[in-house]
Amino acid sequence: MAYLELKNIYKTYGQGDNVTEVLSNINLTIEEGEFVAIVGFTGSGKTTLVNLINGLLEPTRGEVLFKGEPVVGTSHERGVIFQNYSLLPWLTVGQNVFMAVKVAFPKKSKSELNAIVAEYVAMVNLSHAINKRPKELSGGMRQRVAVARALAMKPEMIIMDEPLGALDALTRGNLQDEILNIWGKDKRTALLITNDVDEGIYMADRIIPLRPGPNATLGPEFKIDIERPRDKTELNDNPNFKKTRNAIIEYLMEIGNERKSEVQKEYALPDLTPKSFVW
Amino acid sequence: MSIALNKVTKLIELDFIKKAKSILTGKIEKEDLKNFFRKVIVPLASVVIFIGLWHLGAKALYNIEADYKIEKALSEQGQVAANEMKACIASGDIKCQPNTLPSPAQVLQAFKTLVNDHYIIKADKKAFIEKTASLNAKRLAQGETAIVYTGRPSFVDQIFTSIRNVFAGFLLALVIAIPIGILIGLSKTFRSSVNWLIQIFKPVSPVVWLLLVFMIVKTLFKDSNSDSSFYISFISVGLCGMWATLVNTAVGVSSVDKDYLNVAKVLKLGPFQKIFKVILPSALPLIFTGLRITLSVSWMVLIAIELLAQSPGLGSFVWEEFQSGSIDSNSKIIVAMFVIGGIGFLLDRIMLTIQNMISFNKNEGI
Repeated sequence: MAYLELKNIYKTYGQGDNVTEVLSNINLTIEEGEFVAIVGFTGSGKTTLVNLINGLLEPTRGEVLFKGEPVVGTSHERGVIFQNYSLLPWLTVGQNVFMAVKVAFPKKSKSELNAIVAEYVAMVNLSHAINKRPKELSGGMRQRVAVARALAMKPEMIIMDEPLGALDALTRGNLQDEILNIWGKDKRTALLITNDVDEGIYMADRIIPLRPGPNATLGPEFKIDIERPRDKTELNDNPNFKKTRNAIIEYLMEIGNERKSEVQKEYALPDLTPKSFVW
Repeated sequence: MSIALNKVTKLIELDFIKKAKSILTGKIEKEDLKNFFRKVIVPLASVVIFIGLWHLGAKALYNIEADYKIEKALSEQGQVAANEMKACIASGDIKCQPNTLPSPAQVLQAFKTLVNDHYIIKADKKAFIEKTASLNAKRLAQGETAIVYTGRPSFVDQIFTSIRNVFAGFLLALVIAIPIGILIGLSKTFRSSVNWLIQIFKPVSPVVWLLLVFMIVKTLFKDSNSDSSFYISFISVGLCGMWATLVNTAVGVSSVDKDYLNVAKVLKLGPFQKIFKVILPSALPLIFTGLRITLSVSWMVLIAIELLAQSPGLGSFVWEEFQSGSIDSNSKIIVAMFVIGGIGFLLDRIMLTIQNMISFNKNEGI
């Protein structure tokens, strides 16, 4: 039995004449312990797909099965790292994490909860900033808080919606390693949504392109056969890496062109000449 | 200590104090001087110009009024009476002074009179209490009510009465408006059921609220001995002022960032936790903006209501002075005007300070 299974998912927004079908016929299976990346253009419906899996949205048709059970609403078993951090600005770093830990482990005592908070904040190297508010942190630090918050709830599956999209390349690389570290440590299942093919190849076991919406659907999957732990500098010389990367990019370019040719339409411009032209 | 002082000056945004301090300590930079000029010299100069213009205006009005009086005496009673009037005005005699806008000097004089008056009344009150102390003790022992001082309240007493009224009204507005605002913000059904009420009652004038409250309070307090004027003024003030808080709370609660709501969903917070840990904190800045508007509206409305309802306070002080028509009553009205304005400003600053302390955005106040 697959760990997470999406069967013939359709998702539409709007009603009546304004219906847009964002996702159509999405089929996806993820096995336990796998790291899967979905790459796609911006606006192709990636966030909608994530929200269907984490339970914030319901599919219009089809079903999402998590460990064989249909997904109804959100669950602490599936931790989410949002694209825009979504930290509560009136709480400090520690309080933001504490709030999540408290609802995840309602039976634990306050000191136990505080210990968990401290542990996870330390894991993302933010112990020095535990009493700061999100406003006082840089983008990368905020995203690390969001990572700590999601992981501190000890979810079985981590769902990441372009978690590193807004970060600079250096911070991005560091956080990629941190996430991989955590994922590798207790072998959770992870789903990463990204628009960066290199990031996908570096982190995931499988990459699945999402064809651009409306009517977005998943393309053929690409397996990444590169030994872990992967080294970023060596990766560039790895023939496997080059091959996969080129294949994925070629595929994405192809569907990008397809989209363009669909949009291309001849607009006949009226043949106008100004009646009088006064300078 | 100096850090605390800096914080306070920054909070009440009087950072020219800081500038003045840095000038006194000798650490002057060009930028500081520029700021000092802009924030201290310019305002002071404008105050001087304001008083000068006021003085000239008052003098002009005085002359117009005096000419009119002489003219009138001339046309009605002849040359002799006119000359007498002229001499009388020039002598500064109270009975023929032109009654018009008082000059700054007169207002200052009236202010001193009012302060002196306060001390006299205070002493009087103290003497009265001492005098009746033994008698009151006896009366209380016999189960009778004590004799209380019923003399005229001083200007300062009126100020405190008004401040008490405005805070009572403000609290009433807060207690009514915030819970209802939250409910409106949370429930679309509730919003549409009370929306007509808000839209209709929000623009109603304070005068009408006063009459409505008067109708109700009069009936409710028919049998009681307690002073109903206090209830009338603070309830009217609360009802007039609460709308800003009500609307702002509703908007704040209904427009919580979708990201925060998603967080609440993903964490699976219960409904109460969601309201108290996510929705209310995020609406707090808007709620406080509403409260700030409510407090300043309440203060404005209170003066009008006291004036109309003759309930004790600065409003009735102004009205009584206007009615009494004594020589310095116009000056006293102007004193009251400045005091009302000053207190209004102070109340606004207090709210702004609290708002800045609570708000997580640390937005600069206007």
